[in-house]
Amino acid sequence: MITLVLIGLPLLFALVVFILRGEKTIRLTALLGSLITFGWAVVAWVNYAHFCKCSVLFKTAWLAGSGVSLQFGMDGISLLLVMLTTFLVPVIIGSAWKHLYLKPAAFFGLILLLETAFLGVFTAFDGLVFYIFWELALICSWFICAVWGGKDRIRITFKFFIFTFTGSLLILAALLFLYFRSPAPHSFDYRWLYDAQLTTWEQRWIFAAMVIGFAVKIPVFPLHTWQPETYTTAPAQGTMLLAGIMGKMGIYGTIRWLIPVVPEAVAELSQPVIILAITGILYASLIALRQDDLKRLVAYSSIAHMGLITAGLFTLRPEATDGAVIQMVSHGINVVGLFCLLGFIEARTGTRSMADLGGLANQAPWLAAFFMVILLGFISLPMTNGFVGEFILLLNLFETNILFAAVAGLTIIFSAVYMLWMYQRVMLGDPVLPGRSAGSPIRDLSPAEVLVLIPLVIMIFWIGIAPGMFLKLITL
Amino acid sequence: MITIIALALLGLLTLFLGLMRRKAWLLPVILAVLAGTMILTWCAWDFHPGIAARMLIQDQQTRDFSLVMLFSVFLIFLFAGHYYRPVVRPLEDVYAVMLFALVGGVMMVLSGNLIVLFLGIETLSIALYILAGSHKEVLTSNEATLKYFLIGSFISVFLLFGIALIYGSTGSFDLGEIARYTGSHAGIWPPVFRAGLYLLIVGLAFKIALVPFHFWAPDVYEGTPTLLTAFMASMVKTAGIVTLFRLFTMGFREAHTLWEPTLGILAALTILLGNLTGLYQLTVKRMLAYSSIAHSGTMILAVLALGGQPATVLLFYTLTYSIATITAFAVIILVREVRGNDRIDSFNGLGKTNPVEAFCMAAALFSLTGIPPLAGFFAKFFLFSAAIHAGYLWLVLIAIAGSAVSAGYYFKPVIAMYLKEGDGMELKSTNSYRVFLVFVTALTFLLGILPFLVTIS
Repeated sequence: MITLVLIGLPLLFALVVFILRGEKTIRLTALLGSLITFGWAVVAWVNYAHFCKCSVLFKTAWLAGSGVSLQFGMDGISLLLVMLTTFLVPVIIGSAWKHLYLKPAAFFGLILLLETAFLGVFTAFDGLVFYIFWELALICSWFICAVWGGKDRIRITFKFFIFTFTGSLLILAALLFLYFRSPAPHSFDYRWLYDAQLTTWEQRWIFAAMVIGFAVKIPVFPLHTWQPETYTTAPAQGTMLLAGIMGKMGIYGTIRWLIPVVPEAVAELSQPVIILAITGILYASLIALRQDDLKRLVAYSSIAHMGLITAGLFTLRPEATDGAVIQMVSHGINVVGLFCLLGFIEARTGTRSMADLGGLANQAPWLAAFFMVILLGFISLPMTNGFVGEFILLLNLFETNILFAAVAGLTIIFSAVYMLWMYQRVMLGDPVLPGRSAGSPIRDLSPAEVLVLIPLVIMIFWIGIAPGMFLKLITL
Repeated sequence: MITIIALALLGLLTLFLGLMRRKAWLLPVILAVLAGTMILTWCAWDFHPGIAARMLIQDQQTRDFSLVMLFSVFLIFLFAGHYYRPVVRPLEDVYAVMLFALVGGVMMVLSGNLIVLFLGIETLSIALYILAGSHKEVLTSNEATLKYFLIGSFISVFLLFGIALIYGSTGSFDLGEIARYTGSHAGIWPPVFRAGLYLLIVGLAFKIALVPFHFWAPDVYEGTPTLLTAFMASMVKTAGIVTLFRLFTMGFREAHTLWEPTLGILAALTILLGNLTGLYQLTVKRMLAYSSIAHSGTMILAVLALGGQPATVLLFYTLTYSIATITAFAVIILVREVRGNDRIDSFNGLGKTNPVEAFCMAAALFSLTGIPPLAGFFAKFFLFSAAIHAGYLWLVLIAIAGSAVSAGYYFKPVIAMYLKEGDGMELKSTNSYRVFLVFVTALTFLLGILPFLVTIS
């Protein structure tokens, strides 16, 4: 029941926001809705960790007689991702505080609807329900990016849609097939799918279909081509939602719906996936080095980081799952923080091009300080959240194959290089923005903006210093 | 039987109302009687394995499909008043011919005999030839009716020849007798029988526009008055597919080794080519013509997969497909009224000027694409499940690829409506029209969230 309320809350607020009038009321209601959802998620966590120690389950038959049931529940992995989602959405809504969007009711309503979809994806126990929320997330995010996006948004978001929709359909085909191989009477419940009787070849094609479907979402090289353009053109909040949470749906799907369902095919075919993921790491890092647009840089670095998670996950070692989950949470927090700051910078200077930026630290020291902290988390400095996950992932890669670990370890070096270089070019040096050097100083962070960033910074250090309480949840 | 009689009487009544110049009465009377006929069909259906020497079969399946067709036509008549607003004369002839076409459709579905089947098809077709040309002052409408008539009558010969050959080899027009014959001669069907069967397939494939017998459809759809295109794409499509379904699952079930591969390949070709060609269309009507071709390909999966099982899967598919198609055409009617054409860029900016209409159109297109939680998703879901269960995984994969491609064109109007700037011209929608649109869209959502409303009964 707790889980059902959790999904219902943002949905309810989304519907309220859709019919509201007045800019300010809409923002406040949306923020309030997301905060209440977060509060409820904390309740769910406390209940899970201290009282119940079992998944918080809700179940009712939906399509009678066909084995489809509305079933929601959480284990530790779901719970962490639910916490991540409910934690990030208020931050994302808060980051839009000063930004004026056309049709604010639709914009904030869609964000809350998207949160519903995310929560549904992370808590669904039933394959079909999972798929429905998965598609809902796609439609909502498509609308957010396509309506409020920037230059050339129609072509770019269309590509995004076609890529991910095709991937989703492959997942649907695999789920349908699995349903008929599950023990009679058939069911979409994931625990029934785990018992599906499959021949080797059936396992292989299901593996292929699902890997493609999930890899598009993550995204993994070579299916990533929609990602940099989409992240760049999407509105700041859209990018945060895509990079912070939506990419995680792919990894989560792999953990819940792929690896335990076709374990033999996964064991047999994990190497090619790791190699692709590692190729993606190298490829994206090298491209990131050459970027001038800040958003594109973070987009490419995101491919590299998600590639590391994928590669680590497919070593199939139990501890690697811990690393992948904790790194999903960390990356979600860090990438949202970065995109949030990039949004603030763009709002102040009107540009995202590094060539036009410089010397911001002199005029906006707080901005620079927050930027540094989040950036350190992003490049996995010890004591920050990024370190915990990447360390576990690399360790597992190392124990699988030293070569893999060596190449994948380059992410950390590369990301330090391009991120610090970015910091240097944007924050330090002389202000090169034409007209800026003379006067018109750049505003430092406002209290509201600081309020948005502080929770992120707290989480960066909390996970970095005391990862135990998060890791414990996964293995519980 | 009662449905056919009621509909035929309604057609005559319509003509008399026209003679008496009661224009204002026409639509209310038609809608009321259609609603009454639906209730009558639902409540007073005389379940009977075969009446009039097994000419008509009245079982639950035929009742349900008749209801789907009646409901589609009911929805189309809801939009008729607005569509024909500028026309001064009563239009009783057009309405009556639509009702007679519906009689033909119901006869096709009920038929238990090849002769009745042919009568039904011809009743439907001849009515459609008239309807396609009913805008006789418009050149494209004339083109549509001429093409449709020439090709349609040519194809009727195939059907008739097929029926004759089947009769020649089995000695009966009765589907039950034919089924007994195919069962007792399993594996040793004479060439005459085989030829007859394939001629029947060709004839029916033309009527429901399967690739490679589809080329008449886009031109006819484009030229036909839009309201009647909706009629063709919903009711007529349902009648054709259901006829094919009943003919092959009842009459020729035992000879499935003969027709299953053929229909499978036709379905695969239809899905692929229908969807791929849809990508290149510039007008929304042509696009929906290809969409309807592709959907008939998908519905063939039901013929292959369902065997003797109850046809709720196909029922749900035809119902949701008809509702979504009618919604889309209802919005096209509005756009054509203001812009004079239905090119995709005529939809630009509708999301801003006409949010309700744009939303209904988007929901209809999403439903046709098969995006949850809209009804079209469950239609595809049930159908694909059944097909996988019957061992048609390859066809399901092709159909899924087709769905992915179809998103490419179904999204074009959505993009135009919501993302492109229009010239700010508003559609001339009335409140009642908007209510009807919202009603059909609500049905699409309702059937998506609670699909068992239909599948249980």
